[in-house]
Amino acid sequence: MTETKDKPHLTRAHALDLLGQMVRIRRFEDKCAELYTQEKIRGFLHLYDGEEAIAVGVISVLEERDRVVSTYREHGHALVRGVPMGAALAEMYGKQEGCCLGRGGSMHLFDSARNFYGGNAIVGGGLPLAVGLGLADHMRRESNVTACFFGDGAVAEGEFHESLNLAALWSLPILFVCENNLYAMGTALALTESETDIQRKSTCYRIQSEALDGMDVVAVEAAARRAVRAVRETGKPYFLECRTYRLRAHSMFDAQLYRDKAEVESWRHREPILRFSEWLQSNNIVHPEDIARIESAVAAEIEQAVAFAEAGQWEPVENLKRFVCAEVGHEPGT
Amino acid sequence: MNLAPDALKAPAGGGGLIETTYREAVREAIREAMLRDERVFMMGEDVGRYGGCYAVSKGLLAEFGPDRIRDTPLSESGFTGAGIGAAMAGLRPIVELMTVNFSLLALDQILNTAATIRHMSGNQFGVPLVIRMATGAGRQLAAQHSHSLEGWYAHIPGIKVLAPATLEDARGMLWTALLDPDPVLIFENVMLYNMTGQLSAAAGAVDIDKAAVRRAGEDITLITYGGSLWKTLAAATALESENIRAEVIDLRSLRPLDDDTILRSVRKTRRALIVDEGWRSGSLAAEICARIVEGAFFELDAPVRRVCSEEVPIPYARHLEEAAIPQTSKIVAAVKTVFGRS
Repeated sequence: MTETKDKPHLTRAHALDLLGQMVRIRRFEDKCAELYTQEKIRGFLHLYDGEEAIAVGVISVLEERDRVVSTYREHGHALVRGVPMGAALAEMYGKQEGCCLGRGGSMHLFDSARNFYGGNAIVGGGLPLAVGLGLADHMRRESNVTACFFGDGAVAEGEFHESLNLAALWSLPILFVCENNLYAMGTALALTESETDIQRKSTCYRIQSEALDGMDVVAVEAAARRAVRAVRETGKPYFLECRTYRLRAHSMFDAQLYRDKAEVESWRHREPILRFSEWLQSNNIVHPEDIARIESAVAAEIEQAVAFAEAGQWEPVENLKRFVCAEVGHEPGT
Repeated sequence: MNLAPDALKAPAGGGGLIETTYREAVREAIREAMLRDERVFMMGEDVGRYGGCYAVSKGLLAEFGPDRIRDTPLSESGFTGAGIGAAMAGLRPIVELMTVNFSLLALDQILNTAATIRHMSGNQFGVPLVIRMATGAGRQLAAQHSHSLEGWYAHIPGIKVLAPATLEDARGMLWTALLDPDPVLIFENVMLYNMTGQLSAAAGAVDIDKAAVRRAGEDITLITYGGSLWKTLAAATALESENIRAEVIDLRSLRPLDDDTILRSVRKTRRALIVDEGWRSGSLAAEICARIVEGAFFELDAPVRRVCSEEVPIPYARHLEEAAIPQTSKIVAAVKTVFGRS
């Protein structure tokens, strides 16, 4: 694993937490895929398999008061941020016990109590929103950090460039986290970008940045710690390009015609959970029984989440038009 | 946000009338909002040093500083989205888009984020944002600065769409819009900015959900909004010589539409004509026509008619531009055909 002077002191408890969070995402999504084939979950389902280290490494170093803006591949971000697994799964079932009453589904998990500003399914659409959240904190002289996740596909959008420019120009406390998994859906980065070095683009906006191995949870956490500290101290944006790979299909409809099986296999040995777990074991930090304990706790949590979602109710159709606009007495916190 | 009924009361001030312009009325509304609520700020292209493309915000930078009168880059999507985020985080931004044509660059943020997030998040987040923009033709600005797309915006659930046509509404709609927990778009017709008139020195907030009967009449209901209101009122005056007493409704709010006021009037006059600076096909006028037919078909004495913009990009040449949009003479002629006169 990465050796760096900013590496957090990796206590056994902390290592178990990082590993446990990644396993939690992976097993939850394995279950989601299974539930999708059973038609319990419908619509689009985008899985995060292979990218878990980024959500875990970055969100772990945020404070409660900080803000998170995410994409349509956001189950991992939501879980690490504290959205209850049952509420997330019920949302994917379309049940009213879901975190958004079943109106959002897999791509639109929101949680106002945890400053989780959603699952945005317009590629790049979350970046201007993050600029606004950061602008509000900047204008009120509050030292909150807004972490904004997006993929390499977003880099081609005008909103990416507009947002980086605004954040740098106005000195806004935003941590931009690019999850570069090399493909915008099925089109490779090299086929869409004249400059494939994404970090370099952020430096053109005079934003402090780093590119790193996004499949190394310790490296991600160390970089995120540096970045969040810098954003909080300077009030200025920071940019992390986390280089990663999506091991599963883009969505459940994707036949993966655009990449070789050999390419996928070549990335498997780098996948973050196995890698971290083996490293921890070879260094005698954790032991097989710790891993068994994590797996069994996660399995129990998933079982409860499935039961919760199964037991959930459909929102009455009479409620269809509720909350298109605010209702007196039902205004949200803001 | 204080939603108490007294929030709608006019601010304290002396009585009497003042001579003002529509532009000054909007500016005064912004000033008052900035003074009343420190969460309010304005951003947009050239709103600060330049004083606003249409000079609406002239002088406000000196009074409130660059933090609250915030010049932006030409990044409509970026700063409109920033307005959404700032609103979600508890501020009350006013975003100025130079013209409705440019607002298309921000349409993603307006439609996909601002209008959807409350419903999509199960009422966890709202977007109390106000977006102001200029609309309409008449200044020979040709096909990329002159269109009237407010009818498109009125198609979108989750936002409110306002068209202040009078000094009172220019002065009073903004504060009420800022009190609204949802996104409100305000369309200011470019031909109204120089309009002068008398306004109460104590003028303040007005409602934003009712249409107004601007002229009472018995024979036909003319329904319009924004810049076309004054042409329609002029037409109503001209029609007096034809012994046609026209009632004129100013919609004020394009979404939601005040069906009650429209239908009550049409049931009385039994005839209706809609004047809309938008293009005819798929227009707001078409929607109003449909609602009249759905709600008052058996009370109509004549087919509902429309005067809309011609289906062309707005041209530069003055005579062509004038021919492209509703004019008093066209409205008079169209009303006469409703009565079978030529």
